[in-house]
Amino acid sequence: MPDYKIAKTLDYKGLKCPMPIVRISQEMPKLSLGDVVEVQTTDPGSLSDFPAWAKTTGQQVLETRQEPGLITIFVKKTK
Amino acid sequence: MALDVEKELAALKAQAEARPGAKRKLSMVVFSGDLDKHIAAMIIATGAAAMGMEVVVFYTFWGTAALRDPKKRVGGKTLVERMFGMMLPKGRDHAKLSHMHMAGAGTAMIKAIMEKKNVASVGEMLDIAGQFGVKIIICEMSMDLMGFKLEEMIDYPGLSIGGVATFLADAGESAIQLFI
Repeated sequence: MPDYKIAKTLDYKGLKCPMPIVRISQEMPKLSLGDVVEVQTTDPGSLSDFPAWAKTTGQQVLETRQEPGLITIFVKKTK
Repeated sequence: MALDVEKELAALKAQAEARPGAKRKLSMVVFSGDLDKHIAAMIIATGAAAMGMEVVVFYTFWGTAALRDPKKRVGGKTLVERMFGMMLPKGRDHAKLSHMHMAGAGTAMIKAIMEKKNVASVGEMLDIAGQFGVKIIICEMSMDLMGFKLEEMIDYPGLSIGGVATFLADAGESAIQLFI
Protein backbone atom coordinates (compact mmCIF):
# COMPACT_ATOMS: atom_id res chain seq x y z
CA MET A 1 0.00 0.00 0.00
CA PRO A 2 2.03 2.97 -1.21
CA ASP A 3 1.78 6.34 0.43
CA TYR A 4 1.36 9.43 -1.63
CA LYS A 5 2.11 13.03 -0.96
CA ILE A 6 -1.47 14.25 -0.68
CA ALA A 7 -2.09 17.78 -1.91
CA LYS A 8 -5.67 17.80 -0.69
CA THR A 9 -8.25 15.51 0.88
CA LEU A 10 -11.70 15.80 -0.62
CA ASP A 11 -14.66 14.72 1.45
CA TYR A 12 -17.36 13.44 -0.89
CA LYS A 13 -18.98 11.20 1.70
CA GLY A 14 -22.76 11.01 1.27
CA LEU A 15 -22.75 12.37 -2.28
CA LYS A 16 -24.63 10.40 -4.91
CA CYS A 17 -24.24 10.02 -8.66
CA PRO A 18 -23.33 12.23 -10.52
CA MET A 19 -22.00 14.51 -7.76
CA PRO A 20 -18.64 12.80 -7.03
CA ILE A 21 -17.41 13.17 -10.61
CA VAL A 22 -19.02 16.61 -10.90
CA ARG A 23 -17.04 17.74 -7.83
CA ILE A 24 -13.74 16.15 -8.87
CA SER A 25 -13.96 17.74 -12.32
CA GLN A 26 -14.64 21.13 -10.69
CA GLU A 27 -11.62 20.56 -8.46
CA MET A 28 -9.17 19.89 -11.29
CA PRO A 29 -8.54 23.49 -12.41
CA LYS A 30 -7.61 24.39 -8.80
CA LEU A 31 -4.80 21.79 -8.72
CA SER A 32 -1.30 21.83 -10.15
CA LEU A 33 0.04 19.25 -12.57
CA GLY A 34 1.26 16.21 -10.65
CA ASP A 35 -0.83 16.88 -7.53
CA VAL A 36 -2.37 13.82 -5.89
CA VAL A 37 -5.71 14.20 -4.14
CA GLU A 38 -7.37 11.78 -1.79
CA VAL A 39 -11.09 11.41 -2.44
CA GLN A 40 -13.25 9.95 0.30
CA THR A 41 -16.59 8.68 -0.91
CA THR A 42 -19.40 6.40 0.21
CA ASP A 43 -20.82 5.96 -3.28
CA PRO A 44 -20.06 2.45 -4.61
CA GLY A 45 -20.67 3.76 -8.15
CA SER A 46 -17.51 5.82 -7.75
CA LEU A 47 -15.46 2.61 -7.99
CA SER A 48 -16.22 2.39 -11.69
CA ASP A 49 -17.05 6.07 -12.30
CA PHE A 50 -13.69 7.51 -11.26
CA PRO A 51 -11.61 5.27 -13.57
CA ALA A 52 -14.08 6.00 -16.41
CA TRP A 53 -13.90 9.73 -15.73
CA ALA A 54 -10.08 9.62 -15.51
CA LYS A 55 -9.77 7.65 -18.76
CA THR A 56 -12.02 10.11 -20.60
CA THR A 57 -10.50 13.29 -19.21
CA GLY A 58 -6.85 12.22 -19.27
CA GLN A 59 -6.38 12.12 -15.49
CA GLN A 60 -5.06 9.16 -13.51
CA VAL A 61 -6.52 7.03 -10.73
CA LEU A 62 -3.49 5.76 -8.80
CA GLU A 63 -5.29 3.51 -6.38
CA THR A 64 -8.67 2.64 -4.93
CA ARG A 65 -8.97 1.49 -1.35
CA GLN A 66 -12.07 -0.06 0.14
CA GLU A 67 -12.94 -0.47 3.76
CA PRO A 68 -16.35 -0.99 5.34
CA GLY A 69 -18.38 2.14 4.75
CA LEU A 70 -15.62 4.12 3.03
CA ILE A 71 -13.97 4.19 -0.37
CA THR A 72 -10.75 6.14 -0.84
CA ILE A 73 -9.60 7.01 -4.34
CA PHE A 74 -6.23 8.59 -5.12
CA VAL A 75 -6.36 10.78 -8.17
CA LYS A 76 -3.35 12.35 -9.84
CA LYS A 77 -3.68 15.42 -12.01
CA THR A 78 -1.85 14.44 -15.18
CA LYS A 79 -3.42 16.93 -17.54
CA MET B 1 8.63 8.29 -50.20
CA ALA B 2 8.77 9.09 -46.49
CA LEU B 3 7.37 12.49 -47.25
CA ASP B 4 4.35 10.96 -48.97
CA VAL B 5 3.54 8.84 -45.92
CA GLU B 6 3.62 11.90 -43.72
CA LYS B 7 1.41 13.80 -46.10
CA GLU B 8 -1.04 10.95 -46.30
CA LEU B 9 -1.13 10.66 -42.52
CA ALA B 10 -1.91 14.34 -42.15
CA ALA B 11 -4.68 14.06 -44.73
CA LEU B 12 -6.17 11.05 -42.93
CA LYS B 13 -5.98 12.87 -39.63
CA ALA B 14 -7.81 15.87 -41.06
CA GLN B 15 -10.43 13.54 -42.52
CA ALA B 16 -10.93 11.79 -39.17
CA GLU B 17 -11.40 15.07 -37.37
CA ALA B 18 -13.92 16.33 -39.89
CA ARG B 19 -16.10 13.23 -39.91
CA PRO B 20 -19.58 13.54 -38.39
CA GLY B 21 -19.87 12.74 -34.71
CA ALA B 22 -16.19 13.14 -34.02
CA LYS B 23 -16.58 15.86 -31.43
CA ARG B 24 -16.54 15.02 -27.73
CA LYS B 25 -20.00 16.42 -27.44
CA LEU B 26 -23.40 15.27 -26.17
CA SER B 27 -26.62 16.42 -27.79
CA MET B 28 -29.79 15.46 -26.00
CA VAL B 29 -33.49 15.99 -26.73
CA VAL B 30 -35.70 16.18 -23.66
CA PHE B 31 -39.17 15.50 -25.05
CA SER B 32 -40.78 14.05 -21.93
CA GLY B 33 -42.28 16.15 -19.17
CA ASP B 34 -41.98 13.36 -16.58
CA LEU B 35 -39.99 14.10 -13.45
CA ASP B 36 -38.06 10.82 -13.58
CA LYS B 37 -36.92 11.51 -17.12
CA HIS B 38 -35.88 15.05 -16.22
CA ILE B 39 -33.77 13.60 -13.40
CA ALA B 40 -32.12 11.15 -15.81
CA ALA B 41 -31.53 13.90 -18.40
CA MET B 42 -29.87 16.20 -15.87
CA ILE B 43 -27.68 13.42 -14.43
CA ILE B 44 -26.43 12.57 -17.91
CA ALA B 45 -25.96 16.24 -18.86
CA THR B 46 -23.99 17.17 -15.74
CA GLY B 47 -22.09 13.86 -15.85
CA ALA B 48 -21.06 14.45 -19.46
CA ALA B 49 -19.96 17.99 -18.63
CA ALA B 50 -17.87 16.56 -15.76
CA MET B 51 -16.30 14.17 -18.28
CA GLY B 52 -15.13 17.23 -20.18
CA MET B 53 -17.72 17.01 -22.94
CA GLU B 54 -19.51 19.90 -24.57
CA VAL B 55 -23.23 19.49 -23.79
CA VAL B 56 -26.35 20.79 -25.53
CA VAL B 57 -29.83 19.98 -24.23
CA PHE B 58 -32.76 20.66 -26.51
CA TYR B 59 -36.12 20.87 -24.73
CA THR B 60 -39.16 20.16 -26.82
CA PHE B 61 -42.87 19.37 -26.44
CA TRP B 62 -43.81 18.21 -22.91
CA GLY B 63 -40.22 18.79 -21.80
CA THR B 64 -40.47 22.58 -22.17
CA ALA B 65 -42.89 23.01 -19.23
CA ALA B 66 -40.12 22.04 -16.79
CA LEU B 67 -38.22 25.18 -17.75
CA ARG B 68 -41.07 27.52 -16.72
CA ASP B 69 -40.34 29.77 -13.78
CA PRO B 70 -43.32 29.60 -11.37
CA LYS B 71 -42.55 33.13 -10.13
CA LYS B 72 -42.84 34.73 -13.54
CA ARG B 73 -46.12 35.92 -15.09
CA VAL B 74 -46.67 37.08 -18.62
CA GLY B 75 -49.76 38.58 -20.14
CA GLY B 76 -51.09 38.79 -23.66
CA LYS B 77 -52.12 35.13 -23.96
CA THR B 78 -55.17 33.76 -25.72
CA LEU B 79 -57.77 31.73 -23.82
CA VAL B 80 -56.39 28.42 -25.18
CA GLU B 81 -52.83 29.43 -24.26
CA ARG B 82 -53.94 30.34 -20.76
CA MET B 83 -55.65 26.94 -20.45
CA PHE B 84 -52.51 25.17 -21.61
CA GLY B 85 -50.54 27.17 -19.11
CA MET B 86 -52.84 26.07 -16.31
CA MET B 87 -52.88 22.40 -17.26
CA LEU B 88 -49.16 21.95 -17.80
CA PRO B 89 -46.71 21.79 -14.89
CA LYS B 90 -45.54 25.24 -13.87
CA GLY B 91 -41.87 24.41 -13.65
CA ARG B 92 -39.78 21.36 -12.80
CA ASP B 93 -41.06 21.16 -9.20
CA HIS B 94 -44.52 20.37 -10.53
CA ALA B 95 -43.44 17.59 -12.89
CA LYS B 96 -44.90 14.16 -12.13
CA LEU B 97 -43.40 10.68 -12.11
CA SER B 98 -44.15 8.60 -15.23
CA HIS B 99 -45.11 5.67 -13.00
CA MET B 100 -46.43 5.51 -9.45
CA HIS B 101 -47.47 9.17 -9.33
CA MET B 102 -50.48 8.04 -7.25
CA ALA B 103 -52.28 11.40 -7.22
CA GLY B 104 -49.10 13.07 -6.04
CA ALA B 105 -48.24 10.70 -3.19
CA GLY B 106 -45.66 8.70 -5.16
CA THR B 107 -43.98 11.80 -6.57
CA ALA B 108 -43.80 13.41 -3.13
CA MET B 109 -42.35 10.19 -1.73
CA ILE B 110 -39.60 9.97 -4.37
CA LYS B 111 -38.67 13.61 -3.74
CA ALA B 112 -38.47 12.95 0.02
CA ILE B 113 -36.32 9.84 -0.52
CA MET B 114 -34.02 11.72 -2.92
CA GLU B 115 -33.52 14.42 -0.34
CA LYS B 116 -32.91 11.91 2.44
CA LYS B 117 -30.38 10.00 0.35
CA ASN B 118 -28.73 13.23 -0.75
CA VAL B 119 -29.50 12.82 -4.46
CA ALA B 120 -29.32 16.19 -6.21
CA SER B 121 -32.66 17.63 -7.37
CA VAL B 122 -33.35 18.70 -10.94
CA GLY B 123 -32.99 22.33 -9.83
CA GLU B 124 -29.62 21.73 -8.19
CA MET B 125 -28.38 19.89 -11.27
CA LEU B 126 -29.58 22.74 -13.51
CA ASP B 127 -27.43 25.09 -11.40
CA ILE B 128 -24.41 22.82 -11.88
CA ALA B 129 -25.16 22.51 -15.60
CA GLY B 130 -25.15 26.31 -15.81
CA GLN B 131 -21.76 26.49 -14.08
CA PHE B 132 -20.37 23.94 -16.55
CA GLY B 133 -21.65 25.91 -19.51
CA VAL B 134 -24.21 23.29 -20.59
CA LYS B 135 -26.24 24.92 -23.34
CA ILE B 136 -30.04 24.78 -23.18
CA ILE B 137 -32.11 25.34 -26.28
CA ILE B 138 -35.91 25.48 -26.13
CA CYS B 139 -37.87 24.40 -29.17
CA GLU B 140 -39.50 27.45 -30.69
CA MET B 141 -42.46 25.56 -32.12
CA SER B 142 -43.29 23.83 -28.84
CA MET B 143 -43.27 27.16 -27.04
CA ASP B 144 -45.55 28.61 -29.69
CA LEU B 145 -47.93 25.60 -29.54
CA MET B 146 -48.28 25.80 -25.79
CA GLY B 147 -48.29 29.56 -25.65
CA PHE B 148 -45.08 29.78 -23.60
CA LYS B 149 -42.97 32.90 -23.83
CA LEU B 150 -39.23 33.16 -23.22
CA GLU B 151 -39.94 35.74 -20.46
CA GLU B 152 -41.66 33.08 -18.33
CA MET B 153 -38.74 30.64 -18.51
CA ILE B 154 -36.10 30.16 -15.80
CA ASP B 155 -33.04 32.38 -15.57
CA TYR B 156 -30.34 30.15 -17.00
CA PRO B 157 -27.03 31.24 -18.50
CA GLY B 158 -26.99 30.44 -22.17
CA LEU B 159 -30.70 29.70 -22.56
CA SER B 160 -31.78 30.19 -26.14
CA ILE B 161 -34.52 29.33 -28.60
CA GLY B 162 -34.04 27.19 -31.68
CA GLY B 163 -35.58 24.80 -34.16
CA VAL B 164 -34.86 21.34 -35.51
CA ALA B 165 -31.95 22.50 -37.66
CA THR B 166 -30.24 23.93 -34.58
CA PHE B 167 -30.51 20.56 -32.85
CA LEU B 168 -29.45 18.57 -35.92
CA ALA B 169 -26.40 20.75 -36.47
CA ASP B 170 -25.33 20.08 -32.87
CA ALA B 171 -26.26 16.39 -33.03
CA GLY B 172 -24.38 15.89 -36.29
CA GLU B 173 -21.05 16.73 -34.76
CA SER B 174 -21.72 14.99 -31.43
CA ALA B 175 -20.28 11.64 -30.42
CA ILE B 176 -23.40 10.98 -28.34
CA GLN B 177 -27.02 11.82 -29.12
CA LEU B 178 -29.93 10.94 -26.86
CA PHE B 179 -33.69 11.33 -27.00
CA ILE B 180 -35.42 11.32 -23.64
